[in-house]
Amino acid sequence: MRIRARGRSFLALVLSPEAPLSDWMAGLDHQISHSVGFFSGRPVILDLGLVSEQTVDLSGLQQALVERGIHIIGIEGAHPDWPALAGWDWPVQLDGGRASGAVELPANGTGAPRHGSDADGHDPARDETACGAAGDGAYDDPSRKAETLFLDRPIRSGQSVMHLDGDIVVIGSVASGAELMASGSIHVHGVLRGRAIAGVGGQSGARILATRMQAELLAIDGFYMTADEMDQTVHDQSAQAFLQDGRVTVSKLA
Amino acid sequence: MAKVLVVTSGKGGVGKTTSTAALGAALARTGQNVVVIDFDVGLRNLDLVMGAERRVVFDFINVVQGDAKLSQALIRDKRLETLSILPASQTRDKDALTAEGVAEVIAELREKFDWILCDSPAGIERGAQMAMYHADVAVVVTNPEVSSVRDSDRIIGMLDSTTERAKNGEKVEKHLLMTRYDPSRAARGEMLNTEDVLEILSIPLLGIIPESEEVLRASNVGAPVTLSNPESAPARAYFDAARRLQGEKLEIQIPLERKGLLDWLFKKRVA
Repeated sequence: MRIRARGRSFLALVLSPEAPLSDWMAGLDHQISHSVGFFSGRPVILDLGLVSEQTVDLSGLQQALVERGIHIIGIEGAHPDWPALAGWDWPVQLDGGRASGAVELPANGTGAPRHGSDADGHDPARDETACGAAGDGAYDDPSRKAETLFLDRPIRSGQSVMHLDGDIVVIGSVASGAELMASGSIHVHGVLRGRAIAGVGGQSGARILATRMQAELLAIDGFYMTADEMDQTVHDQSAQAFLQDGRVTVSKLA
Repeated sequence: MAKVLVVTSGKGGVGKTTSTAALGAALARTGQNVVVIDFDVGLRNLDLVMGAERRVVFDFINVVQGDAKLSQALIRDKRLETLSILPASQTRDKDALTAEGVAEVIAELREKFDWILCDSPAGIERGAQMAMYHADVAVVVTNPEVSSVRDSDRIIGMLDSTTERAKNGEKVEKHLLMTRYDPSRAARGEMLNTEDVLEILSIPLLGIIPESEEVLRASNVGAPVTLSNPESAPARAYFDAARRLQGEKLEIQIPLERKGLLDWLFKKRVA
């Protein structure tokens, strides 16, 4: 029984309150009054890096945000030990986030949440439909621009690199016990000894290429193959893995 | 009745993983169903020593977090069908283990196996605590050195206070496994002697494993020493230890050097 897993990413807003908090909150209320529902259904990460332990009104901030319908999925830039944060709910720490630049808040809102990556030049109407379904299908959207993540360093055992917006290119080796995950393809210019998981968003055409293929595990679009199942003639060779009839297939590159 | 056994030490590098693999294989060779679990999340090694690293798809963390079923993560040994391994994750850390998740996995394993061997990480923190929490039996791995003995003493104290059994007012059955015992250094008086170690730790001795190249060789080929070379001195010591775990009374063999007459004479003097 093969287990299929799919990735799904949502754009989380990172809010950075500034002191004095009463002014910041007034600004937020102003923003909300102009674009009702902008924050509904939006994951928000609260970055407290701009305030300090002593900032006035800090203890009531979380409650105030929750009352405004803001869904906090992460808190950073602060420590749970701060006395002002004693009564706070601390969400589970999230890993693997990637900054995606400033999000322009709607000036005169339609009310509907927007995709946020306007820089990509999307048709706004299309964005609204995509997000109406809670962001589903973000990867199926062909107009979405994929970015390649270049890593000019060896990936060490225990490191996990997740890139859900395109390909990963590693210039260096990937150690045993390391893990790469990409919605697109994975290229390793070096020895691939770790795990490579490509086509995470359901992209069955994704491939995994390595100068020297010694992978522990290869997976494409949820189908996987362990090192044990791999053809020994491709071991340590320049090779590529792709999906053929629902099977991960590895072939030598000439 | 399944037994949960933790292999622990406090100190790193004393031979916990090697001993877990060797004891697991030795117990499995007697026909008992054995699973070895790697609790060293983030620094896993048991899969390598067991030669299963090329077959890992899902791991302990996936099972604890409900992403995979136990049967998907268990890897059956190719040489011994009564031996299975539950590998750790290398890309996560020990915080990914939850007490409830571990308890569920252990309960499920208890129904399927006779022996559940938990390979503890070094240290006394969360990972080590998790590994020992459900233990019925503990094998405390100690080298004949002061630092190792002191760390073992600390671990024994924890076995008596922070485990599930301790909380229920029961005792964890504790055994001392002396590893990396070098007969020539012992003969020259350069190591703590066994009596001193036993006196300090005051728990029964399960066995003395001689320092041997055979153990290193076994790790490098990905086989427990009790499978790769069952006739070697360390393997025989592990087999005896496994029989003692199963309740047999066997006299402990103190490893001796097998060299020239001079050594033999020297040894006699020490004895």
